[in-house]
Amino acid sequence: MKRREFINTLGAAWLGATVWPLSAGAARNLASARVVVVGAGFGGATVAKYLRMWSDYHLPVTLLEPNAQFVSCPTSNLVLGGSMPLSAITLPYEALASTHGVTLRRDTVQAVDLQKKQVRTATGPIPYDYLVMATGISFDYTKVPMAQTDAARSRFPHAWKAGEQTVNLARQLQHMRKGGVFAITVPELPYRCPPGPYERACQVAWYLKQHNPTGKVLVLDANPGITSKRPLFERNWAEHYAGLIDYQPGSVLTDIDTKTGTVKTVFGTWKTDVLNVIPPQTAGQLALDTGLANSEGRWCDVDFVTYESRNVPDVHLLGDSVDSGLPKSAHIANSQAKVCASGIIARLADRQPDPLPVFANTCYSYVDDNEAMHVANVYRFDPAKKEMVSAEGGGLSDRPSQQEAVDARAWAKNIWHDMLG
Amino acid sequence: MSKDKIMPEKKIGLWLRLCVLAGMMGGSYQVLAQSVQSAQPDLHVRVLAASCAACHGTNGVSVSTTPSLAGMPAQDFLTRMTRFRASQKTGDVMTQHAKGLTADEIRKLASYFAALPPPG
Repeated sequence: MKRREFINTLGAAWLGATVWPLSAGAARNLASARVVVVGAGFGGATVAKYLRMWSDYHLPVTLLEPNAQFVSCPTSNLVLGGSMPLSAITLPYEALASTHGVTLRRDTVQAVDLQKKQVRTATGPIPYDYLVMATGISFDYTKVPMAQTDAARSRFPHAWKAGEQTVNLARQLQHMRKGGVFAITVPELPYRCPPGPYERACQVAWYLKQHNPTGKVLVLDANPGITSKRPLFERNWAEHYAGLIDYQPGSVLTDIDTKTGTVKTVFGTWKTDVLNVIPPQTAGQLALDTGLANSEGRWCDVDFVTYESRNVPDVHLLGDSVDSGLPKSAHIANSQAKVCASGIIARLADRQPDPLPVFANTCYSYVDDNEAMHVANVYRFDPAKKEMVSAEGGGLSDRPSQQEAVDARAWAKNIWHDMLG
Repeated sequence: MSKDKIMPEKKIGLWLRLCVLAGMMGGSYQVLAQSVQSAQPDLHVRVLAASCAACHGTNGVSVSTTPSLAGMPAQDFLTRMTRFRASQKTGDVMTQHAKGLTADEIRKLASYFAALPPPG
């Protein structure tokens, strides 16, 4: 363990001791419980680390993740713009084990047996007392089934889970014919990262401006308008990308000709050279298969005090799978993870969780390689509505700036370290 | 400031241990537990403070250019947050966050971060 990590670990233990001194009985309860976390994204990695830290390292936590390394969705649009390599947003998981004592298993969960309280994985069953599902999103190709095959996903990548798909889309942009059309289809809300498609349009346009100035970005948005940071994106596009970005609201995707890349929407037919299909989304398939979806069948209801499923006791859900009015952002998943960790530890220590959780969300979007802008809000639990609601005072940047790009990079470094370091 | 924060919690730690002892001895555990419950240290603020970590680092220790909050004198924190809260710069990220918090939350965050070990 590095000196700084050691000091931070000491600080964490000190915090546990002073904020909430654990009794010997609570420590025993924590040490004998088994928590399994499925998925090591912004929600899952954070909850694993904080369950360890806030239990004074008594609570055993197993984290299951199929990928060898973490690849960050936030900042991944810069890979398309060409100002950030994928390697810069690819980070190791090892410190969760070496610094925080999380049992890290590279494994795929096939099913959850709610009766036996076991997760079934490729390498065998793992029992749990508390299960945290942080399985992110799955894609719903019901309306465009022709785009669901492996070949179609490779030809028309979503790049909405960062990694190989991001590199694929960047390569297609780099090889697009001069004067070609790069189309982005945006699903109806709710979907992961509301400003993400518009940030992507900026990054692609910025790339085209330098390398293929007669090319175009076509944004086919199923929503009636830009869903996040709207006045900022509209002004930025008018000032910097006029004639480069063609924005078409209300454009629900209805058909794709997989041979030609021609797409149909409710309003028209569009010929494309590169087609980035961001499909409609649901909670992670494992959460749906486990019966955690609500009556709508797409997202999962939770108690916002502990993030325990409203359907199944002792199963908690985090992040993008959760049905809420909250944006499906990295910072929200990270904050929910802390409410959840605090709630699970409180329960094991026979204490009450905080009945009125409050947390913040800050989300940056880059408009080129050098300037960014943000949306920021505080959210607090409303016990009457049983929802997290926006507090007063939140809002947007006045305009994109270089300082905010510095802030955005600083945000990324700290949130990555907060979940993985 | 940090002493003010720590001392009551040490007492609560003692109370908790007494409660466990009383429970083991078959004493009036429930009554003791309730009295401790009312004085329970503030999980609300710990979770809220942890939400600041996305920009300001785990336990208030930043690993980037954002300022660390750990070990910041409480008065400094209060002064800065009060200025943010009163600011007319509605597009400023900290003004937006400060306006979403209650005065009590800001005071408790000030004590919480002041009591954290500063960056090493």
